[in-house]
Amino acid sequence: MEQIIQQMVNGVSLGSIYALIALGYTMVYGIIKLINFAHGDIYMVGAYIGFFLTTYLSIGFFPALILSMIICSLLGVIIEKVAYKPMRNSTRIAALITAISVSLFLQYGMMYFVGPETRTYPNILPNSQIKLFGTEAVIDIKNIYILVVTIVLMVLLQYVIYRTKTGKAMRAVALDRDASELMGIDMNKTISYTFAIGSALAGAAGVLVGTYYNTINPLMGAVPGLKAFIAAVIGGIGYIPGAVFGGFFLGITETTVSAFGGSLYKDAVAFAILIVVLLVRPNGIFGSNTKEKV
Amino acid sequence: MNGLSDLYRLLIIKKKKGECILMKKTKMLSLMMVMIVMASFLIGCGADSGSGNDSDTIKVGLNYELSGNVATYGTDLSDGVEMALEEINANGGLLGKQIEVIKMDNTSDSAEAANISTRLITREKVVTILGPATSGNTKGAIPISTQNKVPLVSASATADDVTVDSNGNVREYIFKTCFSDSYQGITMANFAYNDLGNTKAAILTENTSDYSIGITNNFREEFTNLGGTVVAEEAYQSKETDFKAVLTNIRAANPDVILVPGYYEEVGLIIKQARELGLNVPVLGGDGYDSPKIVELAGAEALNNVYYSNHYSPMDTAEDVVAFREAFQGKFNKEAGAFHALGYDLGYFFADAVERAGEATPEKIKDAMAETIDFTGITGTLSIDELHNPVKSVTILELVDGEPTFLKKLEP
Repeated sequence: MEQIIQQMVNGVSLGSIYALIALGYTMVYGIIKLINFAHGDIYMVGAYIGFFLTTYLSIGFFPALILSMIICSLLGVIIEKVAYKPMRNSTRIAALITAISVSLFLQYGMMYFVGPETRTYPNILPNSQIKLFGTEAVIDIKNIYILVVTIVLMVLLQYVIYRTKTGKAMRAVALDRDASELMGIDMNKTISYTFAIGSALAGAAGVLVGTYYNTINPLMGAVPGLKAFIAAVIGGIGYIPGAVFGGFFLGITETTVSAFGGSLYKDAVAFAILIVVLLVRPNGIFGSNTKEKV
Repeated sequence: MNGLSDLYRLLIIKKKKGECILMKKTKMLSLMMVMIVMASFLIGCGADSGSGNDSDTIKVGLNYELSGNVATYGTDLSDGVEMALEEINANGGLLGKQIEVIKMDNTSDSAEAANISTRLITREKVVTILGPATSGNTKGAIPISTQNKVPLVSASATADDVTVDSNGNVREYIFKTCFSDSYQGITMANFAYNDLGNTKAAILTENTSDYSIGITNNFREEFTNLGGTVVAEEAYQSKETDFKAVLTNIRAANPDVILVPGYYEEVGLIIKQARELGLNVPVLGGDGYDSPKIVELAGAEALNNVYYSNHYSPMDTAEDVVAFREAFQGKFNKEAGAFHALGYDLGYFFADAVERAGEATPEKIKDAMAETIDFTGITGTLSIDELHNPVKSVTILELVDGEPTFLKKLEP
């Protein structure tokens, strides 16, 4: 029994990281139908910003988290203006290739500046564990931090999209770009907001992962980026609660596979699920063609 | 995304292959003629290599990783080798001759290691090649040494198949002066069973690394033979960061010791996460733990009750080790690491073989090396066995609050 609880805890904490990255993925896709492959690398940049802030300026966890989110959102907006905006009216494959180039540019640009070696975060969160229900199953305080931050950010995101004017503009652009422009919505501004929010979420994930796993490197964004992409597709890309569901689903699936002794096949299982979902429900478990997507 | 760029490269290669097929026959013919001319030139070079022995110096080639991704290993080793050879020259040299060192950079690339070996042998006419540092680059240089019958000695290529070919036959001209991966596995099994008194072991292997698999297989065999049982075996891949699921499985098996034969980058995280899950049993490993990074990754408090085998410990209080450390400190103004010590021993190992050979020719040196018995160095006393591997002592270190502490030296 405690085995099952422990593995569920492991799965949920892994899943919350995927969910956090998937949120940004799904948002950008929902608005401008672009699979932003550079998203995982913005997460990497966020981790490095957090690293420099906590190591060299020795500031605390929450200020570092917020500063990293702000810098990442600026980076996201700049990337959109420089790389994606000129491609807005070209084919989707051209935009996709641009996204891949931006991703490689960020990875190897970062490697040029900070070197390829692994860096370690200082201890900025309390390092203690809580025993669950008096059993041997333990949960780390850092797990709780990640979980809480993920849920708070998700609720905040739902609020922004459904309760604010900017959110309304985003939903309008997602529904019909030309019509919303005719209605006087500033499309450039709306897309900039989307990238800013999406990238800020990636930056937050970077700092959380840096403090949790204690190790960062310039290529760390590639695999979680792909996993988050799978999570977004499973939940229905463009649909925000779907991304969160997909993240947790993927995390728990991977842990379950490992728990049954298949630790070397967990990536294969993740991609197999992606294939099955694409075959059976191409729009994801929650996605549908008619649904309004943001 | 890397996958995509690889795919693109693959497409380009395919295209090139297509062009290759179209290559005209005349082109092939001229290519063959050029090759014949080149071959005769090389044979010409080989023929007069005998005259090199009459020179007034003994030429030794250093083929090391002085740049590229494992440059620190290569630089440390060649510093150690050069320090030893300078000492020997200062004491009158070998057989009345001075040693001439020809040092070249193989850029951490196994193809380049082969090129450099060729150049050292055919142009510089060295009597022995020392290096390269890693098993992969050493394997690149092996065919050149074998074909030209010039001995090659690596001080740090720990893979089992460096000195032995795939059919189990010993490579006549290839030697190494460090213990093999299999030897570390056997040593740690004995240490766990006899010294720590453990009988239930769990193993967590990096299944993409020959090094890790080598240690695992030998540990499992030896530990079971001694009477212990392996209660859980799990695997991971390099660059992974989350090990909690496999560690939870291991915890359920209730082992009293865990073997994690990996490199410090993953091992640091594994130990940290194991301690977080409440797995406080001893952790065992090999020389891959030898990096200050492991403390940064795992945190000092997690690194207790961790034991690993290594070539050398600066905390060793043996007289010759202390003398070496002081001499090294005086020359380079820093603490000598394991690779410096291995390089230093390699220099003296070569000198010892030349002295016993009585003549500085590749053939005689090779025979003398194969007959090495009880050569005493900083990293222990070694004898070369019939497979050209050393039989030598292993140092076992214990991590106490992240600090490597000398525990014991196990004689073979």
